[in-house]
Amino acid sequence: MEINLTQLKPGESAIVKTIQGGFGFINKIHCIGIRPGKKIKKVSSHFWGGPQTVEVDNMQVAIGFGMAKKIFVEVKE
Amino acid sequence: MKNKILLMGNPNVGKSAIFSRLTGAKVIISNYPGTTIEFTQGQMKIGDERPMVIDVPGTYSLEPTCNAEEVAVRMLNNCSGVIINIIDATNLERNLYLTLQLLEKGIPMIVALNMWDDTKHKGIHIDVKKLEKKLGVPVIPTCGLTGEGINELVKRLPKAKVVKKQPLSKNKIWEKIGRIVAESQKLSHHHHTLLERLEDLSIKPLTGLPLAAGVIFCAFWLVRFIGENLINYIFNPLFYKLWLPLIVKLSNFLGAGTFLHNILIGSLINGKIDFGQSFGLLTTGFFVPIAMVLPYILSFYLILGFLEDFGYLPRLAVLVDNFMHHLGLHGYAIVPFILGLGCNVPGALAIRILEGRREKFIAATLMAIAIPCMAQIAMIIGLLGPRGGKYVAFVFLILFALLILKGLVLNKVLKGTSPELLLEIPPYRIPQALAVIKKLWMRLAAFLKEALPLVLLGVFLVNMLHYLGIMDFIAKLFAPVFTTLLGLPKEAISSLIVGFLRKDVAIGMLGPLNLTTKQLIIGSTILTIYFPCIATFVVLIRELGIKDMFKIAIIMITVALLVGTTLNLFL
Repeated sequence: MEINLTQLKPGESAIVKTIQGGFGFINKIHCIGIRPGKKIKKVSSHFWGGPQTVEVDNMQVAIGFGMAKKIFVEVKE
Repeated sequence: MKNKILLMGNPNVGKSAIFSRLTGAKVIISNYPGTTIEFTQGQMKIGDERPMVIDVPGTYSLEPTCNAEEVAVRMLNNCSGVIINIIDATNLERNLYLTLQLLEKGIPMIVALNMWDDTKHKGIHIDVKKLEKKLGVPVIPTCGLTGEGINELVKRLPKAKVVKKQPLSKNKIWEKIGRIVAESQKLSHHHHTLLERLEDLSIKPLTGLPLAAGVIFCAFWLVRFIGENLINYIFNPLFYKLWLPLIVKLSNFLGAGTFLHNILIGSLINGKIDFGQSFGLLTTGFFVPIAMVLPYILSFYLILGFLEDFGYLPRLAVLVDNFMHHLGLHGYAIVPFILGLGCNVPGALAIRILEGRREKFIAATLMAIAIPCMAQIAMIIGLLGPRGGKYVAFVFLILFALLILKGLVLNKVLKGTSPELLLEIPPYRIPQALAVIKKLWMRLAAFLKEALPLVLLGVFLVNMLHYLGIMDFIAKLFAPVFTTLLGLPKEAISSLIVGFLRKDVAIGMLGPLNLTTKQLIIGSTILTIYFPCIATFVVLIRELGIKDMFKIAIIMITVALLVGTTLNLFL
C-alpha cells in the first residue's frame, strides 16, 4: 500500500518509494537522507498540518507538512 | 604543501570544532546546523609552514540551496589548496555524497571521520582501512570535541591526494555510495539510551510542548536568578566598596561643576555620586554596562550555551513551526530570535539561515522591533523592576503582542508564502563544561569589546550635547511630539538620541528624569521599538540591502509612534 508520509502513523516504518516535485526539491530531500529504497520511520506528527519528524539511518529529520505530502512510502504488511 | 586548507562537510558535523583544534582560533561551536554562516579563517602551524585554514559553512551537496551553502561552493571554486572533508561517522551514507562530489573536483583531499566516539554506543562499526581503499584518499577517525585523532590528521595532511574521478550522475553517485557503505560499515543492535528516550519525548507534540514550556520557564528563571545574584553579591559590592571611594576622591579633587567633573563624574545627585544617575564616563558609563548589563549577559549566555550544545534548539524549532507559519516564518527562525535576545547583532547575522528574501525581511523586522536584547532587558528590569514586577511583565507582554501582530500583518501583506521547514535534528549531547565556558567567555569578551566603547561614547556625547546647549534645542524642537503624543517630558529626547548607539545607556537615561510609572513603561517600550542599535542596523543593511532596511526603518518609527500614543491614551 503506497501512502504519503503524512499518512504514516508515529511509530510505523515504511520504505521510501517516490518523491514528487522539482529537481531542486528532490535533490534536497535526497541529500538529507531520504531516497527511494530507504527505510523510514515516523517519529512524530505535529498538530494542524505541522512538521513531520522521521528517522532515516539513525538520523532524525523534520519535514514540513506540504513537503511530506510529496514523499510516498510503502508500508509492509 | 599548499598554503590553504578548506574544511568542508555537511552541516553540524563538527567542522568548527576541528577548526578550533587545528588553529587554536576561538569560534562559536554549537549543536545545531548552520552555526557557521560566514567562513572563518585562521592560521595553523605545521613545522615551518603557516597554512591558512578556512572553516567553510556546511553544505549537503555542491548544488547550493541557501546563502550559507553558496558561500561554501564559491570558496571551493576559487580554491587552490587542500580539502579536509569532515564526515559524521554516525551518518556515513548521507555524508559521502558530498565527499564523492568533492573528489570529482580534482583537489587534494583527506577525510576526517568525525564524531568517531559516537559510533561505539550507536552500534556502528566502520572499517577505516576499507573505506580508505574505496575512496582512494586517507581517512582518519577523529573527535573534534575531545581532540582525539587531530594529531594523526595533521601528520597525514601532506598525504592528501587527488583521485581522478569521472563525474557521475546523481543516481550513479548514490549507487556507488551504497556499495561503499555496504562493504565498509556494519551495524549492530544497540539499546536505546536515556538521552535517546528524551529525544523522542521532546519531539512528540504531546510531551514536547509541555517540556518546551518547562525548559523556557526554567531558562528564564535561571537567567534572572543568576543575574540578580551576580549583581547583589559580586558586581554591586565591587562598585560600591572598591570603585566608589576612588571616584569620591577624584570628585573632590576635580570639584563639582567643573567641565572635567561633568564629563568624568557627572552631576551630583543630592550632593552624592549616584552610579545610575550621575552620568559621567567613570560613573554611569562603567556602571551600566558592567554592573547592570554584564551579569545578565553572562547568565543568559551560560544557559543558552548549555541549551545549544545539548542540541535543544532544533527541537524547539520543530515545536514552534506551526505557530511561526502564521507569522510568515518557519520554525527555524526561532534561532535568530533566541540569539537576538542575547544581542541583536548575532541574531541579525543568523537570519542568513532563512531561505527567502520575504522570510528574511519579516524576521529582521520582527527582531528589530519586538526582540529586546539582554542589555535592554537588564535595564528595563533595573529601572522598572523597583516599581513592581508586573510593570516589567507588562512591557514584555506588549512587545510579544507586537511580535505576533506584526508577523500576522506582514504575512498577509507581503506576497508569497513562507517556505517549509526541512531540518536535520542532531542527537542530544551532554555539553562539556570546558566548551560551554569557552563559548561564554568569547561572547562576554565580544560584549565588552563592542558595547563598552559605544556606551562610553554615548555618555560622552550626551554630556557634550548638554554642555553645548544642542540638546536643549533638539528637545524644544521635538517637544510637541513628545509631550502631546507620548506624554513624555521633552528631556527624554536625549535618551532616544543615545538609543541609536546603545539601548542600555538610553534606558538608563530615563532614570534621572523622575518619570511616573506610566511614563517609564512608555519610554522603555518605545526605546525598544523605534530603532535597533547602530551595530544591528549596520549588520541588517549588509544582510538585507539598503532598500529593504529603509522600509523596515519606516515601519519601526511608525509602530513606535502608534504604540507610544496608544499607551499614552489608554494607560
